[in-house]
Amino acid sequence: MFSRILTSALFAGAAAGLIAALLQLVFVQPVLLHAELYESGELVHFGAESVSAHPTLPGFDAMRDGLSIVFTMLTYTGYALVMVALMSIAEERGAKINARVGIIWGLAGFITFHFAPGLTLAPEVPGVAAADVGDRQLWWTATVATAGIAMWLIAFGGNKISYAIAAVLLLAPHLIGAPEPDSFSGPVPTEIGALFAARAFGVGMAAWVLVGTFAGYFWQAEGERAEASA
Amino acid sequence: MTTKTLNTTATGLGFLPAVFAVVLGLGIMTLTGHVQASALHDAAHDVRHASGFPCH
Repeated sequence: MFSRILTSALFAGAAAGLIAALLQLVFVQPVLLHAELYESGELVHFGAESVSAHPTLPGFDAMRDGLSIVFTMLTYTGYALVMVALMSIAEERGAKINARVGIIWGLAGFITFHFAPGLTLAPEVPGVAAADVGDRQLWWTATVATAGIAMWLIAFGGNKISYAIAAVLLLAPHLIGAPEPDSFSGPVPTEIGALFAARAFGVGMAAWVLVGTFAGYFWQAEGERAEASA
Repeated sequence: MTTKTLNTTATGLGFLPAVFAVVLGLGIMTLTGHVQASALHDAAHDVRHASGFPCH
């Protein structure tokens, strides 16, 4: 049982993580590097002269981008371990798990780990003003936990009370509010910040759908393989 | 017959393997996404920003 979870999750997480890393390098990294030019003070907007929106950005950095690829694959393997473990529990309780169903699992994972915390604690472009990182991590963790429980209740609760509890769990962190900075001091143009948030969510959603699909696929394939060899 | 016994044993473990996998997964996420040690932070910096983890 454990080896089936581990094998499926490693395959799904590494594959989806690699694709996620490449998508991030193409779509998110240029926006991040652009923002860093403002974070470092190399570019300043609203100065005397207008600033080009198309500066020359540093190209592929083997060390930095290589580490990003490794850490994205690791992060997505973490996501996949949690997802496949929950899939195994769901299957034991009668749910069907395959690549198609995995798409919905992926969307639920995206909502849980990326969209729910990001709705109030918006994806941070470098240089953005923010509250204490420990406070934000606490809020992030609590929001991910409540959203995750809510997703499970929506999928498997099956009665009105569980849907109501799910709604409360989804809304509560945002009604309470996330830790916010005392003042706004971000030097990055709003256009870059908005594009960064949109790209982070878009790439995150695509990558999460892949995690779910792969997790469902490998979970089913590993199960069939184990049955065939038994 | 042997297979059946094995299966029962596997199910008999209950949620333990799943719980362990969840803990392992959350542990990896904490390492890549949350720990503020500067070596880890620097290596994971771009990923944290892109994946929506609080950074800095």
